[in-house]
Amino acid sequence: MVMLSRLGLDSSSELFRELPSSLRMSRPLALPAALSELELLKTLKALADGNLNLDEHPCFLGAGVYDHYVPSVVDHVLGRSEFYTSYTPYQPEMSQGMLQAIFEYQTLICELTGMEVANASLYDGGSSLAEAALMGCRASGREEVLIARTVNPFYREVVATYLRTAGFAIREIPLDESGAVDLDLLAAAAGSGTAALILQSPNFFGILEDLEAAGNILRRRAPAASFVVSADPISLALLRPPGELGVDIVVGEGQVLGNHPSFGGPLLGIMACTEKLLRRMPGRIVGETTDAEGRRGYVLTIQTREQHIRREKATSNICTNQALNALAAAVYLTVLGKDGLREVAFNCCWKGHYARERFRSLRGFAIPYQGPCFREFVVNCPIPPAELNSALIRDGIIGGYPLARHYPEREELRSAWLLCVTERRTRAEIDRLAEAAAAAAALSPVFPSPEGGTVLENDL
Amino acid sequence: MKTIFERSRSGRRGLLIPPCDVPEVELDSLIPRRFQRGAPPALPEVDQLTAVRHYTALSRRNHGVDSGFYPLGSCTMKYNPKVAEDIARLAGFARLHPLQPAETCQGALALMHDLERYLAEIAGMARVTLQPAAGSHGELLGLMIIKAFMARRGDGERRRVILVPDTSHGTNPASAALAGYRVVQVRSGPDGDVDIEDLAARLGEDTAALMLTNPSTLGLFERRIEAISGLVHRAGGLLYYDGANMNAIMGISRPGDMGFDIVHFNLHKTFATPHGGGGPGSGPVGVVRELVPFLPVPVIEKGPGGYYLDHDRPLSVGKLHAFYGNFGVTVKAYAYIRSMGPDGLRQVSEDAVLSANYLLSLLRGHYDLPFDRPCMHEFVLSARKHKELGVAARDIAKRILDYGFHPPTTYFPLTIAEALMVEPTESESVETLDAFAEAMVQIARDAVTNPEMLRTAPHTTAVRRLDEVAAARNPVLRWKRRDSEKGEGA
Repeated sequence: MVMLSRLGLDSSSELFRELPSSLRMSRPLALPAALSELELLKTLKALADGNLNLDEHPCFLGAGVYDHYVPSVVDHVLGRSEFYTSYTPYQPEMSQGMLQAIFEYQTLICELTGMEVANASLYDGGSSLAEAALMGCRASGREEVLIARTVNPFYREVVATYLRTAGFAIREIPLDESGAVDLDLLAAAAGSGTAALILQSPNFFGILEDLEAAGNILRRRAPAASFVVSADPISLALLRPPGELGVDIVVGEGQVLGNHPSFGGPLLGIMACTEKLLRRMPGRIVGETTDAEGRRGYVLTIQTREQHIRREKATSNICTNQALNALAAAVYLTVLGKDGLREVAFNCCWKGHYARERFRSLRGFAIPYQGPCFREFVVNCPIPPAELNSALIRDGIIGGYPLARHYPEREELRSAWLLCVTERRTRAEIDRLAEAAAAAAALSPVFPSPEGGTVLENDL
Repeated sequence: MKTIFERSRSGRRGLLIPPCDVPEVELDSLIPRRFQRGAPPALPEVDQLTAVRHYTALSRRNHGVDSGFYPLGSCTMKYNPKVAEDIARLAGFARLHPLQPAETCQGALALMHDLERYLAEIAGMARVTLQPAAGSHGELLGLMIIKAFMARRGDGERRRVILVPDTSHGTNPASAALAGYRVVQVRSGPDGDVDIEDLAARLGEDTAALMLTNPSTLGLFERRIEAISGLVHRAGGLLYYDGANMNAIMGISRPGDMGFDIVHFNLHKTFATPHGGGGPGSGPVGVVRELVPFLPVPVIEKGPGGYYLDHDRPLSVGKLHAFYGNFGVTVKAYAYIRSMGPDGLRQVSEDAVLSANYLLSLLRGHYDLPFDRPCMHEFVLSARKHKELGVAARDIAKRILDYGFHPPTTYFPLTIAEALMVEPTESESVETLDAFAEAMVQIARDAVTNPEMLRTAPHTTAVRRLDEVAAARNPVLRWKRRDSEKGEGA
């Protein structure tokens, strides 16, 4: 009322006098009535309780989002409201905290990937891959992107959507019998029209791709093309960094670094590249500089790539990114440190292989792909995986991901299940999963009997 | 301040990992040696307290809405309710995998389904998707939908142009270019509204759409929006609504009623979800009925067995996020809408517009006002007269830092020389607005009497003015150990 009277107005409706009356709503919005904080909490708690959560139920789903442990420190740092209630650090003198944190994040990503430069984040692993594909098209002046069918099918869909809209072509390279991309077919497909090659390692099936061999083929057959790799940042504690293998652009899903699964978002799009491609990179970049007194400080830099300066000539349209998730990644990598991250990666590797061998020895189940894997693996099931999942839920276990929908052309994946084992899973949980799956399969009417089954012979 | 790498000491750690309870096989037997890395990545080695103190110190060198006034125009830096943070952290939301069978995530699907409907009602649209992760991601999706719709209608080949006003956000033309369109700018007239004659001259057979913000980026309501809508639609084009400024019109006017066909929302602006130091945001998109088939997959449907995700949408543009967008952010927006209710949301917009007009009344006369009209939720001042005294909008912004306020948006819109764009939001008290106005008035006086003080501002922040030119010229984009520091740590 103080403000109204100082403006000499009787009611706030006078503030809207420039709106044509035909456009003014004549009824209240049809929305539920306001709730007090207490009612709100009860209502939302009831919705949250309508879901099975990963704290109370062991989960063997991966396929792009992973159930790694998030140390307490991460959420406490993220809860500092100086961070989370700020915005893009346009005024660096007042935003040194976020700027330095992002600068440190960029450094950590460079260390993991072996690349020269990293940006401040993109939306998620899928859209980062799409942006990398577009970078490849622009850098090479070519128009066809090659992508392995071993890349996460959700990512492939995102890349296809972006490229289709921008007017570029995409060609998928099938896999071989080991579960990795078929290098002969890759060699046949790569040529002078190739803009970029996209691989993922560990790939969608958990199998490690031979990046070195694929890179050599690409250099020989399509020297102008960009080599793009989607890498898992935790696996990079053990695996050769893409930067040592001639890769031009590394992207990845950073959710695994201290971010909760959160029903698939917010995630964290990682992007790093060679110095040569720096000015084609999308997104914010933080750089070091000095202030008027010579002290070290940080600013957003190389902004002539960005939409607020270049408008339609920008390298991307991204503005708001996933800064807080990048902060989570930086805190995670700091708290785990050099030894901790390696231990998490070893645990994933050991437990993943233990689970794979457990299923290999299980009657009726088979392991179709034998290549080296990291944290995920494919299992052929004697009954449809969706049925297995339903049975497991009754035991309080969240099972794996059924693959058939994404690979109708692959005979061996018709009844396939993608399982994921992180460091959070215990041996007892893995054993329980195997036993419950075996029991569910044995109870199923479609399960062949031990006497007459032909399906089983090669597995026993 | 030291970097975390400079605090690192060999052998220290911040967390224990549980011992492995399966056989610890020799790595070479699982992964061929040539796939393994030689030296481990050089991550910091610090104890937990050192890590916590480092990040606490960093947080104290950062300004958020909780620290003080943040009138960053076009960004709607309103209060972020704390209860929403607690809700988003509930295990039933945060600890949920996106590929869980539908029967195990009915609560999450119900929330998304209802939020889509609330947003559709607020904007006057037929249906909404929550998939875009930010406003510009929503713009890109909107343009993909336009492209797919026109391709199906049969005139997509010739409709290659997206029109944007010269005052538009940079994301509008950038999104259009990313979607493969040619961008043509439309002039704004002397009153700040779109120049209708210029628009009419640029509309034609090649027009795909006009992207518009209303209220505009000048903080003014586009009074001839109905005429604009008629012109665009008669030319066969569609009308796209950039929702960055929706905070001014909730419950008062709806983009759908104005004639818009596609709308994006910025949940991190209008719906009080925190900006996170630059993200995560969320940019849902609403469309009119005939565009619904083109929405990205999956869409949430409700059947007799409960909520489910429908991937079988033959006309869909595809996918632009691996899963369903920034779910954790949408939870907070849902909580906000439920706690405000229909009257509360209308009150938000009324108060936001009142605050802006009040603040404008205190600054009128002290700064140049390019358009002296009633503003909506924000207004644009110009420091062009101060520039003649040798004080730029940048200098004024830097001096505001010394008062503990975040400065307004500067140098945007591009059509206004030395622009200062102020958005106070509904959250702020009259005392805060008075204090800010007092500082701004003092700075305007100092521009005359002591311009040097402004040119060398800020004087009280953690660092003084930073050399952005040097940063861009010689990019240092990661920390590297200097030779002199070798042997100090790891």
